[in-house]
Amino acid sequence: MTAVAEHVPAERVDADPALRVEGLTVDIRTITGTVRAVDAVSFAAHRGETLALLGESGCGKSMTATALVGLLEPVAEVVAGSAHIAGRDGLADLLAADRKTRRKLAGPELAIVFQDALTALNPLYTVGTQLAEPFRIHHGMKAKEAKRKAVELMARVGIPQPQERMKSYPHQFSGGMRQRLLIAMAVALNPRVLIADEPTTALDVTVQAQIMALLKSLRTEFDMAVVLITHDLALVAEEADRVAVMYAGTIVETGSVAEVFAEPKHPYTKGLLDSVPVNAERGAELKSIGGSPPDLHSIPEGCVYQERCPLAREICRTTRPPLEAVGARRKSACHFPGEVKNV
Amino acid sequence: MSNQLLSVRDLTKTFRVPGARGSKAKLSALDGINLDLARGETLGLVGESGCGKSTLARTLLMLERPDSGTVSFDGTDPFGLRGKELLKFRRRVQMVFQDPYASLNSRMTAGDIIAEPWRSHRTLHPAKRDRDTRVRELLDLVGLGAKAMDKYPQEFSGGQRQRIGIARALALDPDVIICDEPVSALDLSVQAQVLNLLNDLQRQLQISYVFISHDLSVVRHVADRVAVMYLGRIIETGPTEAVFDRPNHPYTAALMSAAPKLDAAQRGERILLKGEVPSPLNPPSGCRFRTRCQRATDVCAKERPPVALDLQVADHTAECHHPLLADQSALSRSA
Repeated sequence: MTAVAEHVPAERVDADPALRVEGLTVDIRTITGTVRAVDAVSFAAHRGETLALLGESGCGKSMTATALVGLLEPVAEVVAGSAHIAGRDGLADLLAADRKTRRKLAGPELAIVFQDALTALNPLYTVGTQLAEPFRIHHGMKAKEAKRKAVELMARVGIPQPQERMKSYPHQFSGGMRQRLLIAMAVALNPRVLIADEPTTALDVTVQAQIMALLKSLRTEFDMAVVLITHDLALVAEEADRVAVMYAGTIVETGSVAEVFAEPKHPYTKGLLDSVPVNAERGAELKSIGGSPPDLHSIPEGCVYQERCPLAREICRTTRPPLEAVGARRKSACHFPGEVKNV
Repeated sequence: MSNQLLSVRDLTKTFRVPGARGSKAKLSALDGINLDLARGETLGLVGESGCGKSTLARTLLMLERPDSGTVSFDGTDPFGLRGKELLKFRRRVQMVFQDPYASLNSRMTAGDIIAEPWRSHRTLHPAKRDRDTRVRELLDLVGLGAKAMDKYPQEFSGGQRQRIGIARALALDPDVIICDEPVSALDLSVQAQVLNLLNDLQRQLQISYVFISHDLSVVRHVADRVAVMYLGRIIETGPTEAVFDRPNHPYTAALMSAAPKLDAAQRGERILLKGEVPSPLNPPSGCRFRTRCQRATDVCAKERPPVALDLQVADHTAECHHPLLADQSALSRSA
């Protein structure tokens, strides 16, 4: 993908992306046949920026993340694509890596923060032990030294009285504090790429604001590329630099958040933005997208969005629109991007 | 208000929970709640987890009995009712649940689910033929169509399931529907459809809603009035525009500022609250918000805050010693 550099913030135009995903395709075997959950997804994330993967449930955004970190369920399988991470030892393809290489990359180069901190942490170990683990495994530190690093880390992510809380178990923390612990574990080894999979969905808004502020300051401090996976348009508007909108396993639109949200070039993005009850008069009819996303078993030929699209016509039923440039730094997978504003 | 339907005064609910070393601790879930609901009105109830929203909802449904305080529903106190009278009351307050997957029995058809309330309220549709006709009407009303009657919940999408849940709530022809996060489990595009439906139903049937949600943009869209809860108290209440656009309580302002906004023009400076909500087992003295409040002074720890009336907007009140609109507020000891 030669066009990768075109979304880069000006000062990074020359730099290679920290993460470059190309043609990622994931199949899931089900009783009723194999379905394609992620279909030729390509994107790049640069250090110092936040890229949002935005979409509704079942669009493949979390499956993309799980594939990248190598935690797919056994029924799911990467059937095509590459994901190169610009690590300290040069480029490495995450999807082609064997277990040993992947283990070396997990932590120092790539880390993930999950939505549900309670299941992501081990309930049987103290948080101190869990936080010290990356230092012991990757840096070969002795227990005492690793624990000292863990205390530093807890203080950095804003956990009060870190020394005392080291001996606590995950269930003794509140939801917000558990999320801080997960973030601490993720950034422990200063990764180049941090994937945050709905990191604040389970949290209250005031806690969400705290967590997002923390992620932002860590992104700057460690110069990470953050891939934020979310369904929340307002969160994307506030936190991300660029956005990739996903629908039925494919990316339908990419570009800078400001441009995409101001003037979407794909009818699905437009439909999502219109569904937010933000400026609508109270009690007025909200615009909504009719129907529901296609069943992965029967994704139509042609455009994935045709069944719900007000612009759909003959070509949309026969030909899948490729994700193509629609302006200087934007792409859209629509046959009629110029007409989206009239929808 | 002449159209007053529900009026709650000084409602208190305390739970006894296991405390340290086998002792009993008191968890104060609701602490002096006042609220009013008019016919055909939507009251938005916002607040973070643990603030008492759900306990309040359960009390309004008479699933919890308050320790003290009065509830007046259309002139009668439901907690004084028994037998048939109580059944009659229960018919008038219904609920739509958050999770459209867990709240529908997967072994019953949509038609049976909607008709089930009539098994308790036998006088409503005694003849089987009436019942079927009414189920079809209800299915039409929520936009599913009569064909849906014989299908099972798992054959529907999340949004369609929530429509079944709404039809079930409507089956008893209620005056009030308590909507507990009715759209938070739904995708955005579907959420808009369900909000539109709730809106249409309110217009057609003059139902009142108590609308519980953590999504402030949704509340702003649906609610006529808003009550903001914090640790078992309603700390600010008033017309939706007033509470959103000129919050008087520091917590309301922080809550509003913390919610991400799509429109950059609506973003003000974010007020990041320190720490987390204190435990309701041991709430702070005086003002319950003082431990996280930037404006807190000594008086906040000593005395319960007075009611600050907004002099510009009728019915807009906050409980605060140091309201944000200080020069436009009148402080008063009594509500």
